[in-house]
Amino acid sequence: MNNISVLMTCPMFPYLEQELETRFNLIKLWNPSSSKPEFFKNYSNFIKAVVGNTKVGADADMIDSLPNLEIVASYSVGLDKIDLDKCKEKGIEVTNTPDVLTNDVADLAIGLALAVLRKICVCDQFVRGGKWIRGDFGLATKFSGKSVGIVGLGRIGSAIAKRAEVFGCPISYHSRSKKPNTNYIYYSNIVDLAANCQILIVACALTEETHHIVDRKVIDALGLKGILINIGRGAHVDEPELVSALVEGRLGGAGLDVFENEPDVPEQLFALKNVVLVPHVGSDTEETSKAMADLVISNLEAYFKGEPLLTPVL
Amino acid sequence: MGITTQDQFLTAHAHSVQALLLSGTHPVTSDTLRLLPSPGLIVTTSAGLNHIDLPECQRRGISIAGAGNLYSEDLADLAVGLLIDVLRKISVADRYIRRQLWPSKGEFPLGFKLRGKQVGIVGLGSIGLEVAKRLEAFGCNILYNSRRKKPSIQYPYYSNILELAKNSDVLIICCELTEQTRHMINKEVLLALGKEGVIINVGHSAVIDEQEMMGCLMRGEIGGAGLDVFEKEPDVPKQLFALDNVVLSPHRAAHSQETILALRDLVVGNFEAFFSNKPLLTPVIMNQLF
Repeated sequence: MNNISVLMTCPMFPYLEQELETRFNLIKLWNPSSSKPEFFKNYSNFIKAVVGNTKVGADADMIDSLPNLEIVASYSVGLDKIDLDKCKEKGIEVTNTPDVLTNDVADLAIGLALAVLRKICVCDQFVRGGKWIRGDFGLATKFSGKSVGIVGLGRIGSAIAKRAEVFGCPISYHSRSKKPNTNYIYYSNIVDLAANCQILIVACALTEETHHIVDRKVIDALGLKGILINIGRGAHVDEPELVSALVEGRLGGAGLDVFENEPDVPEQLFALKNVVLVPHVGSDTEETSKAMADLVISNLEAYFKGEPLLTPVL
Repeated sequence: MGITTQDQFLTAHAHSVQALLLSGTHPVTSDTLRLLPSPGLIVTTSAGLNHIDLPECQRRGISIAGAGNLYSEDLADLAVGLLIDVLRKISVADRYIRRQLWPSKGEFPLGFKLRGKQVGIVGLGSIGLEVAKRLEAFGCNILYNSRRKKPSIQYPYYSNILELAKNSDVLIICCELTEQTRHMINKEVLLALGKEGVIINVGHSAVIDEQEMMGCLMRGEIGGAGLDVFEKEPDVPKQLFALDNVVLSPHRAAHSQETILALRDLVVGNFEAFFSNKPLLTPVIMNQLF
C-alpha cells in the first residue's frame, strides 16, 4: 500500500507517524517545506485518506480540496472537527477510536474530582514550597458520598458512573433521552441536574445542541459548593462565564482537561486554588495512545484491502 | 501558672483524671499511666494505636476508644487520588499549564494506564478494603499482604511481602506500625516492585525505609510515589522536591471537613457512653491486637 497517499493533519504521536510511514505514502500537512496553497496544488489529487485528531480534523474546506478522498480515520473518538455531513454527501468513510480510550478518560475525570476536592495539587505545592514546616495545611472536602451528575451517559459517562458508584456517590445524569436499564436518576433539563448534584461532569459529544451546554444558568445552579469537571470539549462550557464564576467565588471549583482556545488557558485561573488544569490529556497514556494508533492503522488497512471497517462512524 | 512538665501537670491533677483524650502525636507509656491512679478510658483520635502502651492498658483494665472506621473512606479516597495523580501526572500537568508551558512547549509527556494494573495492598483492614473496592472499579487486579490471610476475601494473598512486590505494579501501604511492619518496605522490596512500580503510603511512614525509597526514586529504580506521611514530619526530604514522579501530601489524608465534624461527634459520643456506663461506640478490642 506504499503507493496510497495518506495525509496526516498535524503531529499526533510518533508511533502513529512511523507506522503510517512504513505502510503508506505519508504526507504531513505541517511539513515546513511547502506552504498550504502550494501543498494542495501538488498533492491534493493523490490523497485518498486523511488522519486527523481533536486539533485538526477534516473540515468542509479540506474535504473540498481533496477530490479523491475516500476515508477519514480520526485519531480520536470525538468527531466535532470532521464535517460529517460533507463526508456523507460525498460517500467518504469515517472511522474513530471508541472504547480503547474510555477507561483512561473516565479515570482522569475521577482523578480531577479527587484532586479538586482533596486539594491534592495545592497540597503538593504546599509541601514543595517548604510551607509545612511553618504550619499545617487546612481542611479539604470529602469525595466519597458526594452526589455526581453526569452530562452524557454514553461509553465514557457510564464508565465514570461505574467508578463514582463505588465511592458511595449517588449518580444522576442528563442526556438527550432517558437510558433504559439504569437506576441512575434522569434529569431532562441540565439546570435541574446541576441543582441536584455537587460534582457535575461533562462527558457528552460536542454537537450544535451541546455547544455551551454549561452556561451561566447551569453554573449558578451548581453553585458555591459545586464542582465542574470537563473532560469533553472546551466548547461545552461558556468559558468566560465559568472564569468569572470561579474568580468571584460563585462556583466551588473546577477540574478542566479542555478549553475553548487550546493551548491558551485563561490566566485568571492560575491564581485559584480550587481549580485543577491539565492540557487535554484524557486519553494520553502510553498504552492507550498505542491502542488508538493501532486502531487507526487497522481501519485504513481494512479499507484499502476491501475488508469491513473496524470502527466506522457513518 | 508557670510552665509545668507533662509529669508535673499529671501528678497535680492525677486523682481527678478519669479519662484521657489523645491524638497520635503523644505517646502514652506505662510511665505516664503510672502517674494516673484510675483512668478508666483513653480516647484516641488517631487512626493507629502504636503510641499507646496496649499491654499496660489491658493489665490495668483501661478501656480504649479509637477512631473506628471513621477515616477509612477519606484515606482510601486519597490513596486513589494520589495513585491517579502519579500515573496520569495531574499535579505536574497543573504546574505545566500555570507556568504557561503549554503554548510554548506543546506536547506534555504521556502518562500510564490504571486499568489492568496489579495492585498490592499492604494491610487489608478497613482502609485497605476500601482502597481495594475502589480500585476494582477502575479495572485493577487486587492482591494483598496482611498479618493473616482473610478467609472471606477472594483476592490473592501473599504472606511474603517480597512476593507481593514482585507480583505488583503498585503497592499501597494501608497498615499500622508494629514491630513486624517497621521498615518492612526495604530496598529489596522496592527493587522487586521495579522501575515502573509505584508506591503509595497513607499508612504509617515508618513502614517504608524512607532513605532507601529516596535512593530508589532518585536512581530510577522505582517509577514513582504518592506519599501522605514522612518519617520526620513536617520535615520532608528536599531531594523529593525535584522529582516529577512524586506527589506529596502533608499528612492530611483524614482531614476533610466532614470527617473532622464526625470525629468530634465520635469523641463526644464515646465520652458520654463511658460516663453513663454504656458500651463505647468504637471500643478497641484488645485480644484482636496481639
